[in-house]
Amino acid sequence: MKLFPIRGGIHPDYRKEQTSEKAIVALPLPDLLYIPLQQHIGAPAEALVGEGDLVKKGQLIARSQGGISAPQHAPTSGRIQAVADIPAPHPSGLPQPTIILEPDGKDEWTDLPEPIADPLNADPQLIRERVAQSGIVGMGGAAFPSAVKLDLGTRYNLEILLLNGAECEPYLTCDDRVMREHADEVVDGARIMAHALGVKRVVIAIEDNKPQALAAMTGAASTFAGIEVVGVPVQYPMGSERHLVQAITGRETPAKKLTADIGVVVHNVATARAVHHAVRFGRPLVARVVTLSGGALREPNNIEAPIGARVADLVAFCGGFVSVPASLVNGGPMMGQPLPGLDVPVVKGMSGILALTASEINEQPVSPCIRCGTCVTICPCGLVPVEMAAFIRKDNFEVAAQLGVMDCVSCGSCSWICPSHIPLVHYFNYAKGMLNALDRERRKNERVKTLAEAHTARMEKLEIAAAAKRAAVAARKANLAAATTEEKTNA
Amino acid sequence: MSIASINRSGPFTHAASSVQKTMLTVLLALLPATAFNAYLFGWPGILLFAVTVGSCVAVEAGCLALAGQPMKAALSDYSAVLTGWLLAMSLPPWAPWWTGVLGAVFAIALAKHTFGGIGQNMFNPAMVARVALLVSFPVVMTAWVMPHPLFSAGAPGFSDAIAITFGGNLPDSVSAASALGYVKTELSRGIPVTQSMAHVPDLMDMALGTRAGSLGETSAVLILAGGLFLMARRIISWHIPVGVMGALFLMGTVFHAVDPARYTDGMFHLMSGATFLGAFFICTDYVTSPVSKPGQLVFGIGCGMLTWVIRTYAGYPEGMAFAVLLMNSLTPIIDQYTRPRAFGRSRKGEPLPLEGKP
Amino acid sequence: MLLAVGSLTVMGVALGGILGAAARFLAVEENPLEEELKAMLPGSQCGQCGYVGCGQAAAALAKGEAPVTLCPPGGKAVAEALAKKLGVTADFSEHEEKVPEYAVVLEEFCVGCTLCIKECSVDAIIGANKVMHSVIVEACHGCGKCVKVCPTEAIEMRPIPETLGTWHWPKPEAEHALH
Repeated sequence: MKLFPIRGGIHPDYRKEQTSEKAIVALPLPDLLYIPLQQHIGAPAEALVGEGDLVKKGQLIARSQGGISAPQHAPTSGRIQAVADIPAPHPSGLPQPTIILEPDGKDEWTDLPEPIADPLNADPQLIRERVAQSGIVGMGGAAFPSAVKLDLGTRYNLEILLLNGAECEPYLTCDDRVMREHADEVVDGARIMAHALGVKRVVIAIEDNKPQALAAMTGAASTFAGIEVVGVPVQYPMGSERHLVQAITGRETPAKKLTADIGVVVHNVATARAVHHAVRFGRPLVARVVTLSGGALREPNNIEAPIGARVADLVAFCGGFVSVPASLVNGGPMMGQPLPGLDVPVVKGMSGILALTASEINEQPVSPCIRCGTCVTICPCGLVPVEMAAFIRKDNFEVAAQLGVMDCVSCGSCSWICPSHIPLVHYFNYAKGMLNALDRERRKNERVKTLAEAHTARMEKLEIAAAAKRAAVAARKANLAAATTEEKTNA
Repeated sequence: MSIASINRSGPFTHAASSVQKTMLTVLLALLPATAFNAYLFGWPGILLFAVTVGSCVAVEAGCLALAGQPMKAALSDYSAVLTGWLLAMSLPPWAPWWTGVLGAVFAIALAKHTFGGIGQNMFNPAMVARVALLVSFPVVMTAWVMPHPLFSAGAPGFSDAIAITFGGNLPDSVSAASALGYVKTELSRGIPVTQSMAHVPDLMDMALGTRAGSLGETSAVLILAGGLFLMARRIISWHIPVGVMGALFLMGTVFHAVDPARYTDGMFHLMSGATFLGAFFICTDYVTSPVSKPGQLVFGIGCGMLTWVIRTYAGYPEGMAFAVLLMNSLTPIIDQYTRPRAFGRSRKGEPLPLEGKP
Repeated sequence: MLLAVGSLTVMGVALGGILGAAARFLAVEENPLEEELKAMLPGSQCGQCGYVGCGQAAAALAKGEAPVTLCPPGGKAVAEALAKKLGVTADFSEHEEKVPEYAVVLEEFCVGCTLCIKECSVDAIIGANKVMHSVIVEACHGCGKCVKVCPTEAIEMRPIPETLGTWHWPKPEAEHALH
């Protein structure tokens, strides 16, 4: 299959050998599970359980709210301890409503929905509903509700379902292991999703540094027509949705549009596996594979963990730390977010937990920009990081926006390569945050204006009515006075 | 348990690149040519080189102290050393010591720190210094000498060298014209190029360096080797060197074909003067050249063309320094017009149109 | 010499006349700057800027008598919009980053007098006579007029809490002493 080049990009040290040959191991049930109500993009789910309720594994414990949302299910059987605010696995550490579940150790499934018989001939709407009910979200990290993405076939002209098995971040091997150990499940899920989307062509893209995964997936897909397994060049950020679509189809997704606008929908391989479980067995999403790695960790592993297990539980399973990590990262080192601590839960979009040492991070003191231009050469989005950062340093967000900072996908390539160690992506994240905040403020001010004008109009109307009333009263008084005077005169 | 304070976003890994590494690689690339030329011109050249580089580092330290900035961090990136090195390479090898010191003040204090320090200067510091010295002290700055290799007969010993560099006693008998200078002088006397070419060193001499010129002008082959090394190490890309040399060669060849008596040919232009040094080390200065690759190509072509024009028509025989400064002033506008096209957008910045699909 | 003086004088008079005619016949209608500035302000007439009403504040801005950072409820967004319109740079150095606030009715002190309901210029307080009053958080923009009229000090201003949805990365620390 003909592939197309993507612009720029980098070739970091991948360091995947720490976990690439380690088979997935299941985490023993921890003492407590913390299931946040919002683990996805969209509206948070609404808790259906309270303190003291007994639940079984896979039981619905929070229902989705609105069009873009996802439900939550109990990862195991047990008793609900509370619904409380717990720090989120987010750099801010801000609390979010979370259901705390105490496992009873029996791990009993609830009565699951019936498997959909013959899903490849079933009504696509049925499949979408099952995916929505099962709480499946994008497991590559974005955590967008998958049922909404599977609905795109009804609104866009689609040609290809592209399964993203690139896993271009260093250290992460969870998708690699899933493809090696459960290739059949992934392929089956892909075929079901293709049917739900109404596309005939499935392409599964895997970076060339995963030859065993390529072989396993090619084997699993060989019996089915319409599925191509393709090896893509090892280049970060090949796993970025728009760039992967460009590599496979040669088409550039126009700015501010979806890949669906050019006929392609992208899903992660683990998401496909979750769809297989939901459709064939009725099982909702209650667990995921997480790569635990990094120089500060005693025993790196790929762990299948129940949603809600604490990061501390997974780290303990890996033998704890050999040294205090310089950074604890959720995801890969390039686009991953720092974690506020170990007492945060594993959520549906958490593909990796990295305990990194200072030498792995290689952070050096920042020195002035020497305008070497390497950031411009390697930016996969064709932006000019050196210029944007210069304006953002002076808080000039408008010019930064004109230069395209909102188009930046925060892949981190520019920060990675900068010889002066300037935190370019940090500047862009700051700028994007400020621009969004200013936008929210502007919209709020417009709302307030509308309310104030409505208030003023209402007051005027009341004033006119009151004036009319006063005039009427005055007129009546005058008439009465005139009548009385007349009487007097007549008497 | 909280690990570390979260005060930075990712990425949490980094390439092994650093400013220091880059500068040291450039110095390494310059080393062979510098060493050979030090041998060719003997002790006076070595002394002047030491004085120039030393003054640059001293002036940089002084400026940093004046500005109240951390000295160790800034000095250890070797940028002042590199500026001094390039400045020394463009001075006449037996020039007096004060050209080096004055050049250092022009380059570091005037052209770099008054603009805001490293990364903020608009003009190439070494070239600003060279041009300022050339315009202010034309006689001293054009007193080229023939090579007097170290330890050979006729070469000045160490004490003689001190007299030459610090005493200013440049023996008249040793001065010689550079090839470009000779051709220009002869042209002004009405002797056509075709004739004067017979009296300049042949191309092989010019390539190897056994002729009069500055430290950096002489050994073209070693400079070329250094430049190719830099390209192999990805410190510089091919865009600027090819632009400079290509434009220069093309202009020379075309005009020589039109009027051989008036214009020297392309190869002569390539081999003489500071062409290779300029193409690989001077024009490619990060701070003062455009950031995008197409911009760098435009910049290089501009440098090459201007160098040819100045060499041919202007009052000075060597045009590279002036050409570089003129193109430096155009770098911001070149940057503005050669921005890359953003992903998903047209060159104008509008989102790409969706193709009409059935 | 006479010719030179004469020709230049004639040219001067002619060109001056053309300019004068152009000034009259090609004149551009002045935009009512004050109206446009007033449109940018929230319009709730809260008085926090020190002027009586947004119209007066707009007049002062148009004359250049007031800084563009005068409107606390408008926040940075309004300040920047005003700065852009007036062609000045917004000077945030003196401007204290006022944390956005919203009003909260303290139910144990509220007596249901409806004074705050009548005062609020965006109708953000619901309630009726002798009925508990409550602030609609999405409509409140923190002008603080209600606090001033409440007879029982039953309203207070609280900072709007940061949520996961509003948090963003702060500016990277000043990198190095060199800039």
